[in-house]
Amino acid sequence: MINLQTELKESIIEQLNLEDMEPADIGNDEPLFGDGLGLDSIDALELIVLLEKDYGIKLTDPAQSREIFVSINRMAEFIEANRTK
Amino acid sequence: MQQDFYIKDWVKIKDGKISNSKSEIFNSSEKNLDFFLKSVYDFLELKYPKFHKMDGLSKLGILGTEILFRENSISTDTALILSNNASSLETDRQFQESTKTFASPALFVYTLPNIVLGEISIKFKLQSENAFFIAESFNAEFLKNYSESLLTSGKSSEVLCGWLNLQNGEYDVFLCLISSEINISFSEECLKNLYFAEND
Repeated sequence: MINLQTELKESIIEQLNLEDMEPADIGNDEPLFGDGLGLDSIDALELIVLLEKDYGIKLTDPAQSREIFVSINRMAEFIEANRTK
Repeated sequence: MQQDFYIKDWVKIKDGKISNSKSEIFNSSEKNLDFFLKSVYDFLELKYPKFHKMDGLSKLGILGTEILFRENSISTDTALILSNNASSLETDRQFQESTKTFASPALFVYTLPNIVLGEISIKFKLQSENAFFIAESFNAEFLKNYSESLLTSGKSSEVLCGWLNLQNGEYDVFLCLISSEINISFSEECLKNLYFAEND
């Protein structure tokens, strides 16, 4: 799980062009949206693409993303439980 | 009585060189567009994380206006009238490529040339008229007439107008800040002279 969290942070930094950020700068329980990393709605769409591309998880209900993209820990839990690759 | 307007300042970005009405301010031999844009960002010591998410056209627009607006304080009604001949083709192609696997939402939002106007307006808190025109080539007469109509109608106290083009990694940026402050005459001839000075 720890490896998955680090892998997720690296993917998010690369996919969302979070220049000048290192995986260590993102806390596992830090909010990804709002006051945390400050991601926006386009970033949320990119995260949905990332889930499908890297883990074979296709979100069919957009409302689901609100519960999943809360933090790195929450994303990692969801991926562990639903990944197909 | 007819009011006269003037080119308060201008900036050009082309072939690794950046210059304004005073001097050349940056020169790089970097051929890769992304590396060049990042080196200018670092040179200007910009602290604007959203910059890294933008497409090339928007990055060029942000860098050009940053240089102009640092030297010249502007009001929130400063209009933006830009033009080019490649539209957003560079990003359109990148997006089309991404659709072969997973279409990128972050690329999709930049598949219109006028997005750069929104990015500039957000960065500099502008609440003003703006338009982006596609033309075959730099059209001084059109830019002069359109800008003057905004200024004389009182819709804007200043206008940023010019050419912002990006195609196949080659960029050609020429932005002018127009106001009523006496400086270089805002004429079709002066616009052409400035734009074509090193573009022939």
